Amino acid sequence: MGDAEIIPIGTGGRPGRGSGSVRPSNASRGLAGDAARTPTSRKTAPRKTAPRKAAAADEATEATEIPVVEVRRPTTTQERSPLGGLSPHDWLSALQSGARQVFGEDWEAQLAQFLAFLRRRLSGDYEVDDYGFDPEVAERLLLASLRPVAQKWFRIETRGVENLPAEGGALVVSNHSGTLPVDGLMTMLTIHDETGRFLRPLGADLVFRMPLVSALARKGGATLACNEDAERMLAGGELVGVWPEGFKGIGKPFHDRYKLQRFGRGGFVAAALRTGVPIVPLSVVGAEEIFPLIGNIPALARLLGIPYVPITPLFPWLGPLGLVPLPSKWLMEFGEPIRTDDYEPSAADDPMLVFNVTDQVRETIQHSLYALLGQRESVWR
Amino acid sequence: MGKVVLVTGVSRDLGRRFARRLAAQSDIDRVVGVDAVPPRDDIGDVSFVRADIRNPVIAKVLAKEDVDTVVHMSVIATPGSAGGRGTMKELNVIGTMQLLAACQKAPGLRHLVVKSTSTVYGASSRDPAMFTEDLEPRRAPSSGYAKDVSEIEGYVRGFARRRPDVLVTTLRLANVLGPHVTSPMTSYFRLPIVPTVLGFDPRLQFLHETDLLRVLAHAVHAEVPGTFNVAGDGVMLLSQAVRRLRKPTVALPRPAVGSLASLLKSARMADFSPEQLGLLTFGRGIDTTRMRRELGFEPERTTAEAFADFATSIGHPPRLAERAVDGLAPSPPEPVPAPGAGRG
Repeated sequence: MGDAEIIPIGTGGRPGRGSGSVRPSNASRGLAGDAARTPTSRKTAPRKTAPRKAAAADEATEATEIPVVEVRRPTTTQERSPLGGLSPHDWLSALQSGARQVFGEDWEAQLAQFLAFLRRRLSGDYEVDDYGFDPEVAERLLLASLRPVAQKWFRIETRGVENLPAEGGALVVSNHSGTLPVDGLMTMLTIHDETGRFLRPLGADLVFRMPLVSALARKGGATLACNEDAERMLAGGELVGVWPEGFKGIGKPFHDRYKLQRFGRGGFVAAALRTGVPIVPLSVVGAEEIFPLIGNIPALARLLGIPYVPITPLFPWLGPLGLVPLPSKWLMEFGEPIRTDDYEPSAADDPMLVFNVTDQVRETIQHSLYALLGQRESVWR
Repeated sequence: MGKVVLVTGVSRDLGRRFARRLAAQSDIDRVVGVDAVPPRDDIGDVSFVRADIRNPVIAKVLAKEDVDTVVHMSVIATPGSAGGRGTMKELNVIGTMQLLAACQKAPGLRHLVVKSTSTVYGASSRDPAMFTEDLEPRRAPSSGYAKDVSEIEGYVRGFARRRPDVLVTTLRLANVLGPHVTSPMTSYFRLPIVPTVLGFDPRLQFLHETDLLRVLAHAVHAEVPGTFNVAGDGVMLLSQAVRRLRKPTVALPRPAVGSLASLLKSARMADFSPEQLGLLTFGRGIDTTRMRRELGFEPERTTAEAFADFATSIGHPPRLAERAVDGLAPSPPEPVPAPGAGRG
């Protein structure tokens, strides 16, 4: 994987260097040697070799077939009529062995569980909480499908998981990047896999305005990023995730990567102060490189009512394929919790204190971002 | 000495049942029912006065009967039953104004209970998960029932300012469900195929009809002033609700649901209001902490139980997919397999 480091992202628009121009530059033709200089010689070369290759292949097959002379007798069956000789017992055993193949040795229990699950989903016999959070959908659909991506594609490494409280409310504050909120999803998965707790993300109202995304977001545990919801969730003892940079962070150009943007108005700090829960700073390295944002189409964005329409090296040029994130290496570090229970709940109304705590959280995240960047060998590993 | 209660809107089913229920209670001297049309069913001990609340006659009724408590239930959500949106608005808004004007002139009045609705909070993508009573709607309602109710609440607040000696209790109820309820929500769920908004799964809260009657009676007795959200515990998603109803759904883009709604309305199949489309897209939750703490009311049924009772009343056979699953696993199965069963 050493040569993976030199995968070029963007050519800077220079011609003849993979910029898509038809003719190679003079310099590159010079490098390629005599054979490549005239286009005609390149075309004829494969034609000459092709028949020779085919002939060689024929010789090879003949050579292998000669020793194999054993003729197998045609197979025949005793039973001529359909369904005649197959007893119900045979059917049953066939089904059972099939079930064993699919569900493993304890297939009966597995199948029963699966059917019970199916029945529960079909008849609506499950519970959602006040925010519309459906743990079954979150765990079995959302997180399960993200897990391979996190493990195989982004190869997420985590540090400082012990800083997440095992129970009770806490506010996880993270940097935001990556054009699409993949970092939020990966944070949810990582926290669930490491602690068994569900992270309840706070999302912009755009999330709840978009079809499909809206339905899935609430089922996945998200709610609107507003003070009422943040305080309600924290007071209810939930682990709440917030990305205070918002669209400024996630939609920042690639050349601004790992530079934290303004942290909103510090509403998240006020919510933590009012409820007295600790703030856990989280630094995510790697999400910046998944969709490097090199441009924007503001007119189209205004038309669609979204903050930006991204242009990345792969999107929209490759169509839906451009939505495949680049396989950057991710590191996540949970910092030491910043306690807020020493303050009075009324401290939330002191703007200076709120700004100070906000700055403290921001500085912590920025510093550990720089530290983590130094730990990565490159973007890809 | 017991109370004399005037109830508006007694000709409609819930109003009539509430008035009867109240009249049967021992500490209530007399219940006077008022409506523009006589009730079709038995109203028991309730003395009925035929009066239109849009008309100053109501002031005379209040004075003559020496009423000390008024329960205002005559706010209608279904334009169809009123004979058009114009009439509905007049009944709701002008009727309330007249009633409040009469209340202001009634010296013996001590308590006013207004049945309002959680629709006043609206429904949008910028809503918090749970509305408390102090929160304003993110977008002021521009039409229909929601606008009527927010205007009514405005007049009620004005009345409370002008008559500080009268206790005013406003109850903001979640969607009321029950076998006997006719509302935009019940007619929506009674459709043979339930249309939903593609890509949205709103949160819904319900209040059972008996809890509606109970909370109104409780408010009359408790005499706690203020505004209270009233809903059954918990929320349900629309997808969950229709699955429990065992009805097929069709998911359409939002504008298509809107035009289907007006089509259904003109075909008189369902009273589908614009604010309901908002609710079916974004959903709404109301916080009932204050109902418990200050009003001291506890609903008997949760949202899910209220819905279950409604679902049995409109019973629907199981769908094919459920029958298939039920056939494969007839009962909640045991986790332990029978010994030797897997070795055949």
